[in-house]
Amino acid sequence: MDGDSTATGRELMRRLCSLLLLVFLIPVSYARGTGDLGIVIERANGSVQVIETSNNTSLGTIEGLGDLSHASAVYSRDGRYAYVFGRDGGLTKVDILAMNIDKRVIQSGNSIGGAISQDGRLVAVSNYEPGGVKIFNTGTLGLVADIPARYGNGKQQSKVIGLVDAPGQKFVFSLWDAGEIWLADVSSPQKPVITKFKNIGQNPYDALITPDGRYYIAGLFGEDGMALLDLWNPDAGVKRILDGYGKGEQKLPVYKMPHLEGWAIAGKHAFVPAIGRHEVLVIDTDTWTEAGRIKVHGQPVFVMARPDGRNIWVNFSVPDNDTLQVIDTQSLTIIKTLKPGKGVLHMEFEPRGEEVWASIRDDDRLAVFDTGTFEQVSTIDAKKPSGIFLTARAHRTGL
Amino acid sequence: MNKALLLITSLLVISQSLADVDASRQHELMYLLKQDCGSCHGMTLKGGLGPSLLPEALDGKPTDLLISTILEGRENTAMPPWKAMLTYEETRWMAIQLQQGVN
Repeated sequence: MDGDSTATGRELMRRLCSLLLLVFLIPVSYARGTGDLGIVIERANGSVQVIETSNNTSLGTIEGLGDLSHASAVYSRDGRYAYVFGRDGGLTKVDILAMNIDKRVIQSGNSIGGAISQDGRLVAVSNYEPGGVKIFNTGTLGLVADIPARYGNGKQQSKVIGLVDAPGQKFVFSLWDAGEIWLADVSSPQKPVITKFKNIGQNPYDALITPDGRYYIAGLFGEDGMALLDLWNPDAGVKRILDGYGKGEQKLPVYKMPHLEGWAIAGKHAFVPAIGRHEVLVIDTDTWTEAGRIKVHGQPVFVMARPDGRNIWVNFSVPDNDTLQVIDTQSLTIIKTLKPGKGVLHMEFEPRGEEVWASIRDDDRLAVFDTGTFEQVSTIDAKKPSGIFLTARAHRTGL
Repeated sequence: MNKALLLITSLLVISQSLADVDASRQHELMYLLKQDCGSCHGMTLKGGLGPSLLPEALDGKPTDLLISTILEGRENTAMPPWKAMLTYEETRWMAIQLQQGVN
C-alpha cells in the first residue's frame, strides 16, 4: 500500500517535471540552426509546411498564405525567414523558427515569383497584373520601388517572368509580352537604374542565372532558341543561342510551361528543357553552342543538376508527370527512370546532394530519394505539395 | 406547345450528352481543370500567364468557341491543343462548367 502510493507520487512528480520541462522547452525551441530546414508549398490549402532534412520530418504547418498555386520562395540570409510569392499577389514573410507569418502584404493582383537582393535588404516580386516588378524592404515589407513593365507605345504593361538577383546589387528579369530583358541596378533602391534589352525573342517564359552570377539566360516559348546576356559585358547586348533547335519539326503540345533554374549547370554543360520536344538540350557553356540532346520521357519541366553535377534529374508535364528520369552527365544517357506517383511537380536536392525531395501532388505526399541508390528513403504527408525550398538557397545567387 | 417540346428535347439532349461523362470522370476533369489548367490560368482560374476563365471573363463567348479553343489550342499563344487527352464530350462538359463557374 505504502509502496504503491510512493510509486504514484513518483509518477506524479515525473509527469509534473516533464510538463514543466515542456513549458520551458517551448520558448527556447527557437535555439536551433536553420541550415537543415526548408518549406514546402501546399498549393491548394494556402499553407506551407516546415521540413527538416537531418531526419526527414515535418516540423509543422503555417496557414493563411492565400492562393499558392505556382508559388515560390526565397530566404533571408540568416535562413530564418522565407519570402513566399503567391499567385494572388501576396508577399508573405514567414518565420520558419517561430512557425508563424511575420508579415504579409498583397502587392499586386497576380504575381509569379521573386528574388532577394545581393545584400539581403530588398525583395523583388515579378507581377503579371499589373505587369512589372515591385521592390520591398525585407525587414518591413514596405514598398521601396515600383517598376512598371511598359513597352511599345508605353500604354501596355508586360507580364514579367524570370526575375533573379545578380551581383552588383542588381535584379534581372524578362518581359513575356514584349520580348525584352531588363537589368535593374538597385544600388540606390528608391531610384533603380534600368537598362533595357529589346527584341531578345518572342515570349521569354523563364530565365536562369549561372551560379557565378555572370550569365542570364531566358528561354523562349515563341521560337526555338534562348537569349543570353553576359552581365560582365552588358554592352555586348543579348545574344541568341540554340537558334532553331527544332527547325522544320512539328512542335508537340506543351501542357505546362517549363522552368529554368540555376541548377541546370553541371560542369561545363548547361542542361535545359526543349520546348515542344521531348528532349533535354545540352549547351557547352564555353561556346554557348549545342553540345547534344537527350531524348526523354515527356515534355521536361524541371531539369536540375545534383549539386556535384554528376547527375541531372528531370520531371515532366502532364500527362507524363508520374515519372522522374535521371541523366548521367558523362555519358549523356538516361540511367534511371522512376515512377513515384502522379503529379510529380518539383524536386529539391539537399545541399550536398545525397538526397532529393520530390512533391507527389496527387498522392498528397513528399518522397525523399537516395540519389546514389535511387531508393525512396522517406515519405511525408503534405496536402497537394508543389514547390520545395530549402534554406541553402539563401546563399546562392539567383535562387 | 412546340416551343416547350423543343425546349424539353434540347434539355434532354444536353442532359444526355452531359451524362456521357460519368461521375468519376467528371471528378477527374474538375481536378484537371483546377490543377493543370490552373498552372497557367491560376488554380482559382482568375488568370495567370493565360487569361481569366471566370464566368464574367467568358461572358458572351459561345460554348463552341471554348470547346474548340480547348481541343485545338490557340495558335501563337501558350494555349496547347488538349485533344490528345480529352474527348469532345468531356471538353463540352468542362466548357459548360467554366461558364457556370466552378469555385
